[in-house]
Amino acid sequence: MTSAQLFNFTTIGYFAAMVLFFAYLATRNKTVALTATVATWVGLALNTAAIAMRWVESTRMGYGHAPLSNLYESVVFFAWSIVLIYLLMDLKYRQRAVGAFVIPLSFFGMIWAQLSLSDSIEPLVPALQSNWLTYHVITCFLGYAGFGVAFGASIMYLIKVGKEEKSDPDSPAGGILSIFPSARVLDDINYKAIMIGFPLLTLGIITGAAWANYAWGTYWSWDPKETWSLIVWFIYAAFLHARFTRGWVGRKAAWLSIIGFGSTIFCYLGVNLVLSGLHSYGGS
Amino acid sequence: MTAKNRSFIDALWDFCCSLKLTVVSLILLAATSIIGTVIQQNRDPSEYLQLYGETTYRIFEALQLFDMYHSWWFLTLLALFALNLTACSIKRFPRVWRMVRQPVLTPEDSHYRTLSNMEEVVTKDSPENLRDKLAAVIKENFSAPTITEKDGRIHLYAEKGSWSRFGVYVTHISILVIFLGAIIGNVFGYKAFVSIVEGSEADQVWLRGTREPVDLGFTLRCESFSVTYYEGSMRPKEFKSLITVVENGEEVIKDRPVIVNDPLKHNGIVFYQSSYGPAGDPFFTFEVTERASGESQTYRLRKGQRQMLPGGASFRVADFAPSFQNFGPAARVDVMPTGSSPRSFTVLKNFPQFDQQRGGDYIFNFVDYKQRQYTGLQVAKDPGVWVVWAGCLLLVVGSMVAFFLSHRRIWVTIRSLDGKSGIMIGGSAHRNQPAFEGFFDDFKKKLREEVKGS
Ligand code: HEM
Repeated sequence: MTSAQLFNFTTIGYFAAMVLFFAYLATRNKTVALTATVATWVGLALNTAAIAMRWVESTRMGYGHAPLSNLYESVVFFAWSIVLIYLLMDLKYRQRAVGAFVIPLSFFGMIWAQLSLSDSIEPLVPALQSNWLTYHVITCFLGYAGFGVAFGASIMYLIKVGKEEKSDPDSPAGGILSIFPSARVLDDINYKAIMIGFPLLTLGIITGAAWANYAWGTYWSWDPKETWSLIVWFIYAAFLHARFTRGWVGRKAAWLSIIGFGSTIFCYLGVNLVLSGLHSYGGS
Repeated sequence: MTAKNRSFIDALWDFCCSLKLTVVSLILLAATSIIGTVIQQNRDPSEYLQLYGETTYRIFEALQLFDMYHSWWFLTLLALFALNLTACSIKRFPRVWRMVRQPVLTPEDSHYRTLSNMEEVVTKDSPENLRDKLAAVIKENFSAPTITEKDGRIHLYAEKGSWSRFGVYVTHISILVIFLGAIIGNVFGYKAFVSIVEGSEADQVWLRGTREPVDLGFTLRCESFSVTYYEGSMRPKEFKSLITVVENGEEVIKDRPVIVNDPLKHNGIVFYQSSYGPAGDPFFTFEVTERASGESQTYRLRKGQRQMLPGGASFRVADFAPSFQNFGPAARVDVMPTGSSPRSFTVLKNFPQFDQQRGGDYIFNFVDYKQRQYTGLQVAKDPGVWVVWAGCLLLVVGSMVAFFLSHRRIWVTIRSLDGKSGIMIGGSAHRNQPAFEGFFDDFKKKLREEVKGS
């Protein structure tokens, strides 16, 4: 089987998972939630196989580099990372409704990559011929993925508290919201996911700096991509510290997490599409 | 000191220590950093003038927005951040140090009431018996307790991971260490550039920005430079300079390939492959055959250089292209015969038979050409870089400890109640309480069983 086919199946898997998670919100049926989770695991397995197969194909073509070198490859890896972090959190929290707010990120990523990005396997230009590329991309994207899960939980949090405050305090929120985790748990998921993402982003920035130092002689040159990754890092550092001052849990924390993820996406895509700099993903 | 002064200094100190300042400065750093990603940094003034116009240019220039990451206000913000970090650590550290080194060994009842995990049990066993039994259970399930007797009560205290309290401080200090490394690099290091033509040498490099020369203390020779491409494409595969280092007349490094992602290091100075280009005119090798006699001779000449041919005529290479309409290297040759007017035609290196058909007095064969290249190397000396890496290591280790490890403590106090014994059990974790609660519930069950079993 080719990696292209496997990526197609991955997309189908995430699509199925997403639809099932929505169905779970509508039906509140535990079996549906379980099926959705199984579909997510299957999607992850397919996504893993597809990435591995692409690596094999690149080796067969005589290049043999890890499939993390262009926009297409980074998007499918991002999809993979989000699902991985989501499932790891799911093992702990088992709050299936969260899937409905996280899996769509992966699904839309896959769809975008497949419909509008070039999937040809190209040899690496000299600037990218380094193992640091692999370490750098993996740590950054796992970090971004942590923030993605936190983003999903934050959206849910805002929906949930919005409804809770409006409705009669005696009757618990009904309908779809009844299977949302409690606001406290959502706030905790938000925090925990950022706790996973933050050290990984730290590692991502450090490996990037190490690579820049190794290849160009400066570990930091304030290039727009570097600067944006630092902006993202500052935002989440602010998030973590704001939790210690009163009042920055809950709603404010959720908003900060959403702003953080928006900045993350800008760092990942916006910088290349809108600004100019050294990093070569996207523009080419 | 007057009371007013005193309170002003206190207020200043509180301001320096406040977490609000931390959040505000982090958000300010994030927000202002955006400016430098939108306005391109360190360009030529003429570029800015064209882009922004005179007035805007003056305003931006005054605010140092064209080199904002080194502007006084951005550096002030960073300094404030570092001050906040230092003050906050100084203020909090002693408390944490005491908590770790001098734990509460003999808690009052009020101490138990502050704990979210606590329980009381009454049993018939004697306090001494209980002490030994419970100590064994705590040791087996958690860690060896410290036993203290005071005012007729027996206290058992056990803890795990006390040093994880320092994770946050290691994280914070790491940021100051990284700042220190950056400062060392800025003060004692430099960034520079050097171009060396193949076959020639350089013992100076030019500073980026000011373009002042700096002596290396040794000599670099560029033996050769080459570019290779992926088969059948113009996608570059490798840029490579062969560099020899000569120090005190001795070749200390010979023919070291310097490629992108594999720089050359010598005496703390690092050379990175960064650019290349043609240096001067190429040399051409031509074989010219006189049609009449059939005799051939080989000439080496430069572009534009006039070369005499047997029989009084002369020729020169008027123009050259390394790649001419997919035919490969091509030269335009001017022949100046004696008597008649000069003639101009093109000779292709990849088609040696081609010029025979032209029917001139001389047949030109473009044998080879040699274009000398220069290699452009970036040069960096940064004695602070290891300090920065040490800081990064502390940052990673420190934040892992801060996030994922916790200081867990268990207290047990036994007192006698008219022939019976009252036991108070309490526990706390400074982080990740839910996980600790699970453990503690189990633990309490074990303790209770032990007590009942007697
Ligand atoms: C960008 C720089 C900074 C980083 C990466 C950083 C990192 C951290 C981390 C990882 C924690 C633990 C957070 C948690 O458990 O959720 C923490 C806590 C804390 N940070 Fe920072 N920090 C930074 C700057 C500062 C500054 C400038 C201050 C100045 C006062 C500060 C004060 C504190 C305090 C008071 C705590 C709580 C410590 C405790 O648990 O008692 N931090 N920081």
